Amino acid sequence: MSSVSSPVSLVLLPPAPQSEAIVIYTGWDRHALVGSEVRLYCSFFSWRWTSEDVTFSWSYRPDGSRDSISIFHYTGGMPYVDNKGPFRDRLEFIGNPRRRDGSILIRNLDYSDNGTFTCDAKNPPDIVGRPSNVRLLVYDKVPVRAGVITGAIIGSVLGLLILVVAIYYLMRFLVARRVFNLSVSKLEKGKKGKGKEGSQQRQGPVLYATLDQSSKLLKGVGSEKKKSGDSRKDKK
Amino acid sequence: MLLLLLGIIILHIAALVLLFVSTIVSAWAYDGNTSSDLWSNCTTTNGGSHCDQAFTGEWIQAVQALMILSIIFSVLSLFLFFCQLFTLQKGGRFFLTGIFQILASLFVMSGAIIYTVKSTEWLSQAATYGFAYILAWVAFPLALISGLIYVILRKRE
Repeated sequence: MSSVSSPVSLVLLPPAPQSEAIVIYTGWDRHALVGSEVRLYCSFFSWRWTSEDVTFSWSYRPDGSRDSISIFHYTGGMPYVDNKGPFRDRLEFIGNPRRRDGSILIRNLDYSDNGTFTCDAKNPPDIVGRPSNVRLLVYDKVPVRAGVITGAIIGSVLGLLILVVAIYYLMRFLVARRVFNLSVSKLEKGKKGKGKEGSQQRQGPVLYATLDQSSKLLKGVGSEKKKSGDSRKDKK
Repeated sequence: MLLLLLGIIILHIAALVLLFVSTIVSAWAYDGNTSSDLWSNCTTTNGGSHCDQAFTGEWIQAVQALMILSIIFSVLSLFLFFCQLFTLQKGGRFFLTGIFQILASLFVMSGAIIYTVKSTEWLSQAATYGFAYILAWVAFPLALISGLIYVILRKRE
């Protein structure tokens, strides 16, 4: 991509390209344990494509020392790592220059690695920029920051409380629905029963009435019975 | 009945106030002119007082968390008590209120126990416990008693 882009930029730009500022980023201060490894992140922002000539360089200044020493340099597509200094055999380049990533990995940390790491990047012709620092602190035990455990405990207990309340309401909802279904089916049954009873009750007086009037209307009884039977069928 | 309700509310609020005071006031331990609590260490020198952040160990953070949880649960319990007072059926018990208050008392008890056992890690041998520590221990039985009363209490009227 950069091989394509650089000719384009050459075409587009005047022969003496203006250089613009480059901003270099490193992460927050890093805390690490003795013997572990730490990844020091470095990236930059510039207005141009990353060219083939992009360079990254890391230097290290131990705590209590004034001078910094260079420990890593990337140029011309090749990383050059510290092979004589304090990070001999412990430093590895894990970045991807094409993606503006100049991260390094330091293994097997020791207390003597406490210090300030400075990353500088150049993306010619953008070379004006301030190097960025990251401080490395090596501990035998990572210190607990204030409030982390407090917050964790309070959060977990309150979360548990909310969970219990939620489950309680969910169960109540489910049970309520089941009871509702049951009661609805009961009600339906009850309605049916009541309907039958009602029809019987209705039948009773009719029968009595027919019986009372049996002498007069014997035919009427038969017709009433038929009617009641029809009404039953209809209700079913 | 009204008197009983008033009494239990006063007991509850007393426990709550004790919890608040013991959590906030910087007097969990005294060592000469240094007083420390859950949040800060204060040194008094020549009339001036200087406070800096407390030792940030795991255990003191646990104590902090437990004290705050106990306050939260106690407040919730008071809130629930008023809710249940108006919604509960006649003869019902204030179970939920009582459970919350008992939980609050258990939290403050755990916090105080942890402080008692683990304070040797961040306090010098000469340090003595301050009144806020004692208040925390007093708040525990108060909260427990009020919680138990809530559980036993039946609603009348």
